[in-house]
Amino acid sequence: MQTADTTDLRPGSRWRSAVCESEVIVVRAPAAPVLLCIGGAPVLAAGSDPVAGGAPDSDLAEGTLLGKRYADEISGLQLLCTKSGAGTITVAGRRAAIMAPRKLPASD
Amino acid sequence: MNIALLLEMAADGAGDRVALGSHSGGFSYPQLLRLARNTADWLASHEGERAALLDGNSPAVPMLLFGAALAGRQFAPVSYRLPAGQLRAVIGRLAPGVLVPGMNVVLPEPLPAGLTAWRREEFLAAASQPLEGGTLSQAGPDDVAVLLFTSGTSGEPKAAVLRHRQLVSYIIGSVEFLSADPDEAALVSVPPYHIAGISAILSSVYAGRRIVQLEAFDPESWVRLVNDERVTHAMVVPTMLTRIVDYLVASGQRVTSLRHLSYGGGQMPAPTIETALGLLPHVDFVNAYGLTETSSTIAVLDPADHRKFASSEDPCERRRLGSVGRPLPSVQIEIRGPDGTPVGPGVSGEVFVRGDQVAGEYIDGSCRDGDGWFATRDAGYLDEAGYLFLHGRLDDVIVRGGENLSPAEIEDVLLAHPAVRDVAVIGLPDAEWGEQVVAVVVPADGAAADARALQDWARDRLRSSRTPSRVEFVPSLPYNETGKLLRRRLRDEFSDVS
Repeated sequence: MQTADTTDLRPGSRWRSAVCESEVIVVRAPAAPVLLCIGGAPVLAAGSDPVAGGAPDSDLAEGTLLGKRYADEISGLQLLCTKSGAGTITVAGRRAAIMAPRKLPASD
Repeated sequence: MNIALLLEMAADGAGDRVALGSHSGGFSYPQLLRLARNTADWLASHEGERAALLDGNSPAVPMLLFGAALAGRQFAPVSYRLPAGQLRAVIGRLAPGVLVPGMNVVLPEPLPAGLTAWRREEFLAAASQPLEGGTLSQAGPDDVAVLLFTSGTSGEPKAAVLRHRQLVSYIIGSVEFLSADPDEAALVSVPPYHIAGISAILSSVYAGRRIVQLEAFDPESWVRLVNDERVTHAMVVPTMLTRIVDYLVASGQRVTSLRHLSYGGGQMPAPTIETALGLLPHVDFVNAYGLTETSSTIAVLDPADHRKFASSEDPCERRRLGSVGRPLPSVQIEIRGPDGTPVGPGVSGEVFVRGDQVAGEYIDGSCRDGDGWFATRDAGYLDEAGYLFLHGRLDDVIVRGGENLSPAEIEDVLLAHPAVRDVAVIGLPDAEWGEQVVAVVVPADGAAADARALQDWARDRLRSSRTPSRVEFVPSLPYNETGKLLRRRLRDEFSDVS
C-alpha cells in the first residue's frame, strides 16, 4: 500500500481515502514530513482502489466537503477537497481545519 | 492539478445548474463535462499537440479548453482579426495539431504541414457524441494548458505559455467553489484569445455561475443579451465600457439585472468610469489588473472601495478611485527602481509580481528571475495603504528633464475638456529635455478645439512640466481590437513631423 510522506505531498498531487470516497489535491506542501490520513487510514494515490470493506474510524467520521480547503497550521499543509466522503482529514494525527471562504469579488 | 478538475468538481457538486447558454435549454455541468470528454476523444484521434481555435465565442471555446486538458493537448485560441501577414505567421507556429476556424474565417493557403482544419460546425457535430477507441493521457500539473499570442502592441505577437498548475492556482486562490447564487449569469464578451476570455470560463465554472456568450462584441448586442438572459455579472475592457455607456445614454436603455461589472485590460479613462458609476448606481464595480503572463487578475479595486473613494472628500482617498486596488492575497507585488532594488511607498518604478499563478513564460523560455519574480514592464507605484497605481507601459512613460511623467494622468485631464473626444499623450525626442510631451487629440463632434486652449487647460490643472508642448489633431486614434492604444504607431507617425 502506498502511503504519503513529504516527498509525495507535492503541490498538485492527488490522493484518495483508503476507507471512504474522499479525494483531495495538495495546494501547499508541508514544511516537514507528515502523515496524511482520511478516516484514520493513510491516503492512497488517486486512482488506486480503496481497501475492501474499509470504513472510517468511528471517531474520525465527520466527513469532508467538496470544494472546501483544509489546512494544518503546524505543518503548513493545505488541501482542496475534490470529492466528498465520510472520513475526517488528519495531518500527523491533528484534525485539519476548514479554511475560511475567500471574500474576493469576481474579476473576470 | 488539471483545469478539467474544475469542471469535474462543478459537475459533481452542481449537477442541476445550467453551466453554459440560455436559462432554458443551456448545457448543465455534467453535459458540458460530457462534451469536453467527447472533444478529448476527438482530439486524441488526431495527430499533434495543439488544439487551436480561430473564432469568436461559442460552445466550442469551453469544449476545446477542457477537452484539450483531458487529452493532454494545448489549447491555442488565436485572433481571427489579425492582419493577414501576422495571421499567417501565428498559424505557422501552431502545427502540429488541429485548427478550428469559425464559419466565415478566411484561412491562409496553404496551411502548414501537420495542421488540419475543421470548421466550427464540423467540430461541434463530431464532438456531439463519444468516439470509440481513443486513449487519453490527461495533462499533468506542469503541462501547458493554454498558449496565448499576446496582443503585440509592439512587433510580432509573443506566444505566452500558461500551465495547468498556474491556472488552477489562480482559480482556487481567488474563487470560492460554488459561491455563485443559483440565479447568477456571467456574460463573456471578451474574445477567447484574450486571457480574460479564458479566466472568465474557468472562474465561472468553479463558482457555479452560468456562462452566457456573446460571439463578438458590439454595445447593442451586449445590452440586449444582458436583458434577455438576465445577466448579473460581466467583464469588459475599457473601450467596451465606453461604447456601452455611450449606447445606454443615447438609447435610454437600462440593464436592470446587472449587479456586478468588472473592468480591466487597459487604462480606464476617468470620465468613463465616473459616468458609468452614475448611470448604473445599482451595480458593483471591480477594477481588475492582470496580464496574460499572470493567469489574469493580480490586483483588484473592489465595490466597497469604489463607493467609498467616489464619495470621499479626502483627496488622497479620492485618488484611489484611479488605482487598480490591492494585490490578491495569493500574490506579492513589488515596485523596483531603475537599479533593480525595491522602492518605498509613493515612489514610481517597474511593477514586479510573484505567486503560484504567475507564469511569466513564453514559448521560447521563462522570463521569471531565480526567486520567481516576473517583470511586468508596467510602470507604477504603491501608496501607503498598498493601493497600486499604474502609469502605463514602462516603454510609454515620458522622461522629460529627468522627471517621469505618466501619459494617463495627462490624458485624464485633457479628456475632461469638452472639446476632446479622445486623446493619446506620447513622448517624442526633444533636444533640450530629452523628451517632450505631445498630445494627439480627437476633437469632440462639432467642437472647435484649439491647441492653445488645451495647453492652458492642462497647465491650470497639472504642473507645467506636464503641459503638452505640442498638440496634434487627428480624426481617430489607432487601437488594437481589444482596446489597447497603439502608442508606438503614434510615436512613429509624429516623430517625423515637427
